[in-house]
Amino acid sequence: MPSPDELIHLESINKVYGSGDGAVAALRDFSLTVASGESLAVMGPSGSGKSTLMNILGCLDTPTSGRYWFAGQDVSRLSETELAGVRNRRIGFVFQQFQLLPKLSAWRNVELPLLYRNVRDRRSLALQALEQVGLANRVDHRPSQLSGGQQQRVAIARALVTDPDLILADEPTGNLDTASSRDVLAVLQELNEQGRTIVIITHDPEVAPVAKRTVHMRDGQLVEQVAA
Amino acid sequence: MSLLKTIETGLRSLLGHRLRSVLTTLGILFGVAAVIATVGIGQASSDSVTARITSLGTNLLTITAGSSVSAGVFGGAGSANTLSMSDVQGLQDRQSAPDIAAVAPVSQGRATLVDGSTNWSTTVSGSTDGWLVTNTRTLSSGTFFNANDVATRTQVIVLGSTTAANLGAAVGDIVLVKQIPFQVIGVLASAGSQGFGNQDDLAVVPFTTAQDELFGGGVQRILLSATSASTIGSAYLEANQILLQTHHITDPSQADFTITTQTQVLSTAQAVTQTLTILLASVAAISLLVGGIGVMNIMLVSVTERTSEIGLRKALGATPVDLFRQFVIEAGMLTALGGLLGVATGLAVGYIVPRAANIAVHITPLPVLVAVGVAVAVGLVFGVYPALRAARLAPIEALRAQ
Repeated sequence: MPSPDELIHLESINKVYGSGDGAVAALRDFSLTVASGESLAVMGPSGSGKSTLMNILGCLDTPTSGRYWFAGQDVSRLSETELAGVRNRRIGFVFQQFQLLPKLSAWRNVELPLLYRNVRDRRSLALQALEQVGLANRVDHRPSQLSGGQQQRVAIARALVTDPDLILADEPTGNLDTASSRDVLAVLQELNEQGRTIVIITHDPEVAPVAKRTVHMRDGQLVEQVAA
Repeated sequence: MSLLKTIETGLRSLLGHRLRSVLTTLGILFGVAAVIATVGIGQASSDSVTARITSLGTNLLTITAGSSVSAGVFGGAGSANTLSMSDVQGLQDRQSAPDIAAVAPVSQGRATLVDGSTNWSTTVSGSTDGWLVTNTRTLSSGTFFNANDVATRTQVIVLGSTTAANLGAAVGDIVLVKQIPFQVIGVLASAGSQGFGNQDDLAVVPFTTAQDELFGGGVQRILLSATSASTIGSAYLEANQILLQTHHITDPSQADFTITTQTQVLSTAQAVTQTLTILLASVAAISLLVGGIGVMNIMLVSVTERTSEIGLRKALGATPVDLFRQFVIEAGMLTALGGLLGVATGLAVGYIVPRAANIAVHITPLPVLVAVGVAVAVGLVFGVYPALRAARLAPIEALRAQ
């Protein structure tokens, strides 16, 4: 059972893809806890199970066995609709490919998660989030009119707008140049300093120092933990 | 996600692919327009057949000769000459047939009429003075032949208005029918030419003259008119009784003649036009179905194209129900739009065709409502499968697609 200050509590998680002889174990007996307000970097080479971990942490997928408590709630056996609710209210995603809808302006993109929870004042909430990432003057720009770094900051604003417990960033700087990367990481670091829990999945050693704690993965298991 | 927002998102996506949306809509548009127009044309032709038959007079009864059976071959009604002038005389007896107002035998054939250098082929009927009354016709000029003309085999002819116009003949002219000269003594008033055939393209001569000089043979049909619409039933029974007697038939099921009332003719004709209308409307409905398949096709393309968008929306908290609704509503909007434009097109066809092609179109509200309802239903039904595909996509797989 998780203690109250733990936001994430993974207990003996296994995730197996396929079945029979072709079965591949992506996570093996994997346990991890992340406290509220912590910042964590998950590192590892490709094939180490990082993406699978990200999917399970983000409630995009369910484990084959094991338990996952998120903010004190056991989410490992929830239905697809219930998981959608958890994602919408409690988790903000930042993806490597930004995943902005090209036909929508910046603030319309930021507004998206609010559409699935029937909030009023969506525009003012979206504008606040954009201001937080330093894009108050770009709210009506389409993604194609913004630089890569700006696009990723719009994506961070979209993750922030629902005031989530966790921001889950999957290779957030993977598609950015050094200067933009620094920008984006600074924003994430600032959010963490304001008390937001952040998990960054990356293979880039430059990114990890942003987090207070780093864990390394290999073959679906934790190999070492490093406190910054 | 609220319904309003879902509709707005759907509109945005449809407007994002304008050409594709328009082409998809066209399939539904033509289907709906075709249904409305064909049902409208069917309705109009049914109306005109009804009007024409009613204009013949609902008091009319027609006796046709019974079928012949020759060496086992059933010849069909009217193929045997079982009717004769003595039947006509029997039916004219006011004592035994008080409800029959007029009787006219008919012997008919096609012939070419020649007036000077003009000739015109038409239907020539041999009949008696009862023809005018039984057919409820009037003359626009001249007179009709009388009983004396029939008795004395006079060579006189009465023309329909179209026939007279085409021949350029007037009362007093001589026209040749099969080389035999006939004097035009009357021209009929126009009875209109709706529906099948033309009631104004014909010629009538005395029955005896036709029999002796033109076609030979006997009585093909006998036309009767009842004294009023309410006495048709009793006129029918009297005629039946008289003919059974004169033909010496004791078992009514062996009768060698058939009596038809206008009501029967009317219901037969209506059944025919109705069948035709259903046939045409079915073809139109199939094109509506094809349009629906087009909608499904384009929605499947749209789901495939928007896989990563679907994945993103799922990651951001869209439930399967949200996405299902999104795609069903998009399909529904496509077909609803197509349906409305189809109604507009159908109404336009209903306005233009009667003016351009002399085909009557009578559009009633029911087929319009049904067509639009079916169009929207088609969209919803054909939208379900693509929408299910969208709703069932696993978010991670969908996000990975680029």
